Amino acid sequence: MSATDPNESPAIELINVSRRFITPDGKSMTAIRDFNMSVARGEFVAVVGPTGCGKSTTLNLVTGLASPSSGEVRLFGGPVNGIDPRIGFAFQTDALFPWRSVIDNVVAGPLFRGKPREEAYAKGREWLARVHLTGHESKYPHQLSGGMRKRVSLAQTFINEPQILLMDEPFSALDVQTRVVMHDVLLDLWSEAKASVVFVTHDLEEAIALADKVYVLTSGPATVKSVYPVHLPRPRIVSEIRYQEDFIALSKTIWDDLRDEVTRGAARDEARAA
Amino acid sequence: MTDTAITSGAIFRAGTSDAEIEAAAAKAARHRKHMVLFWRWAILAAILGGWEIASRTAIIDEFFFSSPSAIYERLVEWITEGTSEGPLWFHLWVTMEESLIGFATGSIAGIVVGIALGRNRMLADIFSIYIKVINSIPRVVLAPIFIMIFGLGLASKVALSFVMVFFVVFANAFQGVREADRNLMANAQILGAKGWQLTRSVVIPSAMSWIFASLHVSFGFAIVGAIVGEFVGARYGVGLLINIAKGSFDAAGMYAAIVIIMVVALAAEYLMTWVESSLATWRPAPLQDH
Repeated sequence: MSATDPNESPAIELINVSRRFITPDGKSMTAIRDFNMSVARGEFVAVVGPTGCGKSTTLNLVTGLASPSSGEVRLFGGPVNGIDPRIGFAFQTDALFPWRSVIDNVVAGPLFRGKPREEAYAKGREWLARVHLTGHESKYPHQLSGGMRKRVSLAQTFINEPQILLMDEPFSALDVQTRVVMHDVLLDLWSEAKASVVFVTHDLEEAIALADKVYVLTSGPATVKSVYPVHLPRPRIVSEIRYQEDFIALSKTIWDDLRDEVTRGAARDEARAA
Repeated sequence: MTDTAITSGAIFRAGTSDAEIEAAAAKAARHRKHMVLFWRWAILAAILGGWEIASRTAIIDEFFFSSPSAIYERLVEWITEGTSEGPLWFHLWVTMEESLIGFATGSIAGIVVGIALGRNRMLADIFSIYIKVINSIPRVVLAPIFIMIFGLGLASKVALSFVMVFFVVFANAFQGVREADRNLMANAQILGAKGWQLTRSVVIPSAMSWIFASLHVSFGFAIVGAIVGEFVGARYGVGLLINIAKGSFDAAGMYAAIVIIMVVALAAEYLMTWVESSLATWRPAPLQDH
């Protein structure tokens, strides 16, 4: 169907994907099983699930850092061959280069990709302005607060103009106030860039506030349990949206669904630890 | 609202204004610095004084242990009149030349091989056994072999310095590459870094602090290599001075040579620290009060 016309095919498709690992003691472990997901162009998808269920694995399959054991991953209708230049990735932990200044961190992508220096730096300053960090160009990451480092990371990712943005619990290390500010920054950047986003999180409210569609995963091996569309109007102001009735109702519905998996995942972890 | 009332109405106890506590903290820091300096000099004076008295009162035998004053006289004599084997500066220069060449070649080779093996698991697995075997050889026993192969001149001492330095730097560079943050590697790859770019922009910088740690130690090792080589067979160098002093039962001469080596090694250590701190401006300042 849509796969015949590459201009119409979804940005990301995972079709019956499974991924197995060999654990350090030589055993085979299934992280995700029969996983199906489709992200349309410009769509913001959030993925929630219990801890350790394989959420990050799904992202690694899309980046090409890992390949599926079975099934198929398609980007814009084509297969994944190595690391795709159209992809941007936001990491959970700090992934800035500590030995580079703020501006040198931001221009890393364009320079790796062979852009001329002046062009890269001009663009870098533009992106720093967009994340409100003008004047901090020559500082090093350790001199910045956690929220500022995250904004540098976002600039570093967005400067490559990714058509697909993968985010692996990017704000989980931030305090609650900073996180809300970052949500608005992210939605702002996203509405301009119109990239397709997969946002992995364990925070259900964060997922609903940001996304068009929320995927709930089962406890490992991960597979899609259910998909909830979020019909909250955009542009959204994340700090206020959480008090709306629709938001609360939806969050309750999804939580009822997710709770079983969380308890099951926790029980399994305890059994494993015992 | 109550908070603002409290802060705006805050009255500090007398003698605890900002300026006063800052001045007190600065004074305490100065005091501490003076204490450290005082004790450093005091301990040095106590050791040298004790040594001098012990050898003058014949508690220790001056023939074997010499005395600080005799060592000082020997140093002055060497510096002003030169040694029995020619000017001191020439010997010192020969030793430094050997150590510096050995240090430079050994550390460059160590870094290159360390990074190459660190980046390639297969090569690392194949060569690790050989490196362990060679590393288990006490370096000093190589001195006679190198002198036999390379002769009494510069080359044999450089070779010995090289092997002293190489393994230390190699081990650290290798470990540093292995410890490179996987997230940073993944980030660089997704941002578009390929092959050599990845090595240059992530692997080498993250191994750098490991490599520097090894360079600190290995300059001392380079000097050891040069001096042991000279000791076993040479025409010039500080090691030769020690050997000649030993042959003529000149204890003061041996200690004087040791003092010279100590001064050189200490100067090199300070130089290395300075180079490292001016290269690694990106690192957070350590929480210390220098």
